[in-house]
Amino acid sequence: MNFNDLIKQSKAEYRNLINNETPVVMIGAATCGNSAGAQAIKTTMEDELQKNQGECKIIEVGCIGLCYEEPIITIIKKGSPAIFYRQLTPKKAKKLINSYVLGDDPLLEYAMGTVSIKQFEEGIGEGHSETVFDGVPALFDLPVLKPQVRRILRNCGFTDPTNIKHYLAKDGYTGFLKAIKLKPDEIIEQVKAARLRGRGGAGFPTWLKWQLCMESESETKYLICNADEGDPGAFMNRSLLESDPHSVLEGILIAGYAIGAKVGYIYCRTEYPLALKRLKNAIIQLREQGLLGEDILGSGFDFDIQIKEGAGAFVCGEETALIASIEGKRGMPRTRPPFPTTSGLWGEPTVINNVETMASVALIMQKGPELFADKGIENNRGTKTFSLAGQIKNTGLIEVPLGKTLREVIYDIGGGIKEDKKFKAVQIGGPSGGCLPEKFLDTSIDYDSLVGAGAIMGSGGLVVMDDDNCMVDVARYFLEFVQNESCGKCVPCRLGTRQMLDILTDITKGEGKDSDENLLHQLAEGIRAASLCGLGQTAPNPVLTTLRFFEDEYKAHIQEKKCPARECKSLTSFEVDPQLCTGCMLCLKSCPVEAVTGEKNEVHHIDQDKCIQCGTCFDSCYKSKAINRVSPKIS
Amino acid sequence: MSELEVNFTIDGLKIKAKKGETILQAALRNGIYIPHLCYHPHLKPTGSCRLCLVENEESRLITSCENQPTEGMEVSTTSPKLDNAKITVARLLVANHQTDCLTCAQDNQCKLQEISSYFGIDEKNMDNLRYSITDIPIDDSNPFLKRNLNKCVLCGICVRTCRDRLGVSAIDFGYRGYNTRISTFSDGPLLESNCVSCGECVVACPVGALVNNENQKPDREVKTTCTYCGVGCGIYLGVRGSKVISSRGDPHHPLSKGNLCVKGRYAFKFINNPDRLTTPLIKKNGDFVEASWDEALEFAAEKLSGYREGYSFAAISSARCTNEDNYLLQKFTRVMMGNNNVDNSARSCHAPSVAALAETLGSGAMSNSIDEIEDSECLFIIGTNPTQSYPVLSMRIMDALANGAKLIVVDPRDIELAEYADLHIQHNPGTDVVLIMGMIKIILEENLQDQEFIDSRCENFEQLLESLEKLDLDYVEQITGVNVDKIKEAARMYANSDAAAIFYSLGITEHSHGTDNVFALSNLALVTGNIGKPLAGINPIRGQNNVQGSCDMGCLPDVFPGYQKVEEKEVRHKFQKAWNTELSPNKGMKMPEMMESAVKGDLKAMYIMGENPVHSEPDSKNIVDALENLDFLIVQDIFLTETAMLADLVFPGASFAEKDGTFANADRRVQRVRQAIKPVGDSKPDWQIISELAQKMGASTGFNFTRGEEVAAEIATLAPIYGGMVYHCLEDESRQWPCLSDEHVGTPILHQDVFATKTGKAKFIPLHYRPPAELPDEEYPLVLTTGRIIYHYHSSTMTAADESMKKLYDLDPVEMNPSDAEKLDLVDGEQVRVISRRGEIRAPIKITERSPESLVFMAFHSPETKTNLITSSACDPVTKTPEFKYCAVRVEKI
Repeated sequence: MNFNDLIKQSKAEYRNLINNETPVVMIGAATCGNSAGAQAIKTTMEDELQKNQGECKIIEVGCIGLCYEEPIITIIKKGSPAIFYRQLTPKKAKKLINSYVLGDDPLLEYAMGTVSIKQFEEGIGEGHSETVFDGVPALFDLPVLKPQVRRILRNCGFTDPTNIKHYLAKDGYTGFLKAIKLKPDEIIEQVKAARLRGRGGAGFPTWLKWQLCMESESETKYLICNADEGDPGAFMNRSLLESDPHSVLEGILIAGYAIGAKVGYIYCRTEYPLALKRLKNAIIQLREQGLLGEDILGSGFDFDIQIKEGAGAFVCGEETALIASIEGKRGMPRTRPPFPTTSGLWGEPTVINNVETMASVALIMQKGPELFADKGIENNRGTKTFSLAGQIKNTGLIEVPLGKTLREVIYDIGGGIKEDKKFKAVQIGGPSGGCLPEKFLDTSIDYDSLVGAGAIMGSGGLVVMDDDNCMVDVARYFLEFVQNESCGKCVPCRLGTRQMLDILTDITKGEGKDSDENLLHQLAEGIRAASLCGLGQTAPNPVLTTLRFFEDEYKAHIQEKKCPARECKSLTSFEVDPQLCTGCMLCLKSCPVEAVTGEKNEVHHIDQDKCIQCGTCFDSCYKSKAINRVSPKIS
Repeated sequence: MSELEVNFTIDGLKIKAKKGETILQAALRNGIYIPHLCYHPHLKPTGSCRLCLVENEESRLITSCENQPTEGMEVSTTSPKLDNAKITVARLLVANHQTDCLTCAQDNQCKLQEISSYFGIDEKNMDNLRYSITDIPIDDSNPFLKRNLNKCVLCGICVRTCRDRLGVSAIDFGYRGYNTRISTFSDGPLLESNCVSCGECVVACPVGALVNNENQKPDREVKTTCTYCGVGCGIYLGVRGSKVISSRGDPHHPLSKGNLCVKGRYAFKFINNPDRLTTPLIKKNGDFVEASWDEALEFAAEKLSGYREGYSFAAISSARCTNEDNYLLQKFTRVMMGNNNVDNSARSCHAPSVAALAETLGSGAMSNSIDEIEDSECLFIIGTNPTQSYPVLSMRIMDALANGAKLIVVDPRDIELAEYADLHIQHNPGTDVVLIMGMIKIILEENLQDQEFIDSRCENFEQLLESLEKLDLDYVEQITGVNVDKIKEAARMYANSDAAAIFYSLGITEHSHGTDNVFALSNLALVTGNIGKPLAGINPIRGQNNVQGSCDMGCLPDVFPGYQKVEEKEVRHKFQKAWNTELSPNKGMKMPEMMESAVKGDLKAMYIMGENPVHSEPDSKNIVDALENLDFLIVQDIFLTETAMLADLVFPGASFAEKDGTFANADRRVQRVRQAIKPVGDSKPDWQIISELAQKMGASTGFNFTRGEEVAAEIATLAPIYGGMVYHCLEDESRQWPCLSDEHVGTPILHQDVFATKTGKAKFIPLHYRPPAELPDEEYPLVLTTGRIIYHYHSSTMTAADESMKKLYDLDPVEMNPSDAEKLDLVDGEQVRVISRRGEIRAPIKITERSPESLVFMAFHSPETKTNLITSSACDPVTKTPEFKYCAVRVEKI
């Protein structure tokens, strides 16, 4: 079958799937869905169907990004829009089978939104949809989705990531078909027109990187897709690879063709088993369809893709360390220049692009650079995915045009702070980034503004902190992370981050010295200036930004031995509020070290010498709220 | 401005850098100190310590160890940002370092001390830093060196040395973050790793993390030449009182450049070993009885006087002893005993090289120099395992690879170097002639030969072509077992290089067609014009420290010193005149012929100096029979070897550390051996013993030498190639023969203008394949090949005299391919029987992919394993060199 026929057939099959008499259940079964219980939901539904001898197709799809609502399923029945159900339990699932799949009651009380079949089929673009059922909004009108522009994530949750035909039905690989009819420099021109900047975090113009490599005279060149996502709290790449692996592979094919590579590597950590499984499966499908191998679709372009599984070292996200790792060496960075575009894998010119960059390339070639560039702001074009984590209501994966403000993302999309606590800071860009306080909430999220504020875009992880988060401890956490992940090669990173960590640990224990603040500054400057690679150079950032914006917290720890957020155990105590204590004895019974004393119906007392600050009493007293956390410590 | 110079400034000071120099190198050469810890002049920089940072014009901090200056560049070594960065690094290192400097072996040589004092680090500016010193147990598993990782600064110099210079990679970085440390594979003790204990990492370590177990400093040091393999590394022996307590590499030595292997650096304890022979021994009623020198010499003189007639006496000289010792033993044999029955252990190794290359090129030695290797374009390594046998030469090969050389390895075994080869040809053992002739055929078919060279400098080309006509490439593939495309690739790689050098050793010569093998290589070099020019040549690597010298000295049955033929009248007359006696015009016996003759009872007396044929010769039972059948046997050695045990009289010789002399190494380099201590006990230098014996036997002149130097002077007058090899010319430098006079600097490259053959032309030799003598069959289905391992030397009398060396390697295992082992249901390490037609030995099995299927390998060092009990005495017909590299065996489970 020729490839265009395959696309036609795929579209027909997909249309038939969602317009058929047989109902379809789509289960969000990326890692987030699975960990919330998606597989159990699936089994329950299958069992229930079998019991009732009902007919229904159950398909695993990717993630639509609403982690806090998982497990999510979608039911499509002829004559109705696709209904998205949230926070499924086996019990709800069973009811849905019986009431809706096999009956007529859509149990709208479980639903969170609808999508018309037409929109489902054609792809979702930006949110505009009509309400069909009362009380059930159009999915894309949900506050969390309405401000989003879903382009990179357009297929996530709507297609079966294990089925290449679903991707083809959504115009998949048409970008590549266009590309192989162009000359490499024409493709680079398109990417340039889209003004795509690398989504790995540094924001280097993608076209320029390609051009440098393409122009090299070397006969052998390599393309590497960096899927070594490692920032704590970041999961954009994982979700995309699990939900729509072909969009990344299409980008790799296009990039490989443009730079003149014959082999592309995907460097993905072993801790992403599902992403790897989906990638491997997708690569097999590519081979079956003649999209990999020699003379692809008669274009004369030979290309193969290999997966290199990394051992989960954070430093292997650094491109020279990543290359060393692919070469079978220990993942340690080396001095640049030479940059990989001059001397990369096996000494040959190499382009390393992030997962999202690859998916963006596929989008640009499918829909044209104009569409891509129509969103965003000057110098920061297109949309970007972010993962929202921490003390935020709507945790999950989002996609917005570059240039949105932090406030829009955190409050409009993210729904604000959990339990409506007070916003304290947002950590952006992972361990290399920084913590921005409230006054930066109106900062535009783009490559340049964030650097101006003292953070970086990074790959897109946003971790939100509220008033109960101690910023010294946050800095300590990130430093512990980079210290553990330092490759150990250069002295400032290996020993300097350890030194800073030791100092921060002392401070959180109340053992800080007056001179420590200065020392931290001095070390931070030294490490930043002297370190070999980006990991070390940016490692002090979380400390520097917290020192800058939350200096009073450091001072409180050092001088007053006080943790204002009452989070540092060594500086906090628990005490009973005699006004509120009812003498219910719950705290006394739950204390593991018998630190609580008191008779029934009388005010209890905590023996500070015995207390180990485990917080069990505090949690047990959720009704009366008679136990307080206080700092400094009661001596 | 020269194109070879780059002008730039450091802190405004104008500096000229040499082309290719880094900023750091240029600064250091110009006397500007830039602190550095991970930089090592022989290693590729990694820029990891960050102490050598400098600031460029764009205010960027760059590593001066990695960056080369550009014309007009301005760098500064100080600025507020830079100063803070560097002192931060220095303080961090100090805060992380065990500072027991006074009791640290590296005290006073420590680079971290240097850095700390450069930055003026004192308690005050360390005030607030948190000290954090690791508590990793010291690895003292290795008998010679220990690792204290608590003092390690992770500069990675040891890792790079082991990987890039040695090709061993016993260690690498392990773990992450603060826990990062240098680790063996799976972090086991060094002794259990693939570390070869060369100690190069100890020498290179800038701090006290890697130190020798014994760290006493000597009272004085004596510059001399290593006594082990044929590379001839320069060493300094350290002496305290009358004991040798240390050995270190001479950093200025042209070949070894300070590098040494485990033997050269650590295996010197044999010198003062209590088991050394310290007095003459006379066998009385089957037991050795100590004797005075007078008594012993008297006894020897009286006995030997009875064997001056005919062929009843023979001598075996020593590839271990000096030129002076060897010269006198052959002189003794020829002058005092009246025949040419003198041979040396080259018979069992490179005699085919001597014979074949003398015929084709006019000289049997290495044509080029070891110091050229690192600049090579293409290295063709066949039938030699430099990693194990010539470790420091193998380091030069690694240097060459780092400099971009192409490497072709031809060996049936998957030897260590094969891993680094551009091409590894694993042919069937014993099929070298076909393989090489196949290559030549391909070269000629593809017109890659150097026709001008062939026409102008060679003869017999037609005969070569004729023998090639019948050679079919399918046949080559069938015999060698190598895909013909691979052979073509090798032929092209070799022939297309501007210069390509052949290196080989006993894998070529120790065959029943060893001479043919050498002829084949000679043909290959000639057809491509790879002779008589730099970076090329045909280079037999000599295995023993002075096997070249003992040949040079005429310890061969057919030549006088300097390869002057005994059969040539004029030559004989010259020596008769010089030695003031009649000389036999007849060639003497070769070593295997001596043994045959002894078995027959014709040969009655022997004088064996510094050789242990009972251990080292094939089918050793036969050797024992021969020696036991003699009427009188003198063995002169430093230990009571297996051979000495059979002697009637034992003379205690002095070791290389106890005498003055010269060694000639593999590239014809004559180097001084210097006395470091007085001879142990009553032992005497070998030349002195021979001199005294000759005088006892009535020699009035010709043997009254009082110093080694006098012997060398006599050699210089009689052997033209040694004309300039006199001590006063060899004090500061070595010389390569031919060195015709005091003024002549020697000859690094042979055959440059003319070949030393009769016609002055090189000769092609037509060749045909002959299979090895003993092919495997149903009863003996495996091929046994033998060779050396790095830890021991020859019959291990010297190396195994140190228990520490035995801790590294003791018994010789049988190396076997996993699939063969599986068929026999063997597990790694179990004892097996290895049986040949000549006998049976027991050895542990070592299952390894190094051995291809159906081929087993054994070293021959251990006196307990006795590998040579089962090897074959089948010989090369021309040179009588035994076929150590091929015999049929069977391995049995016990």
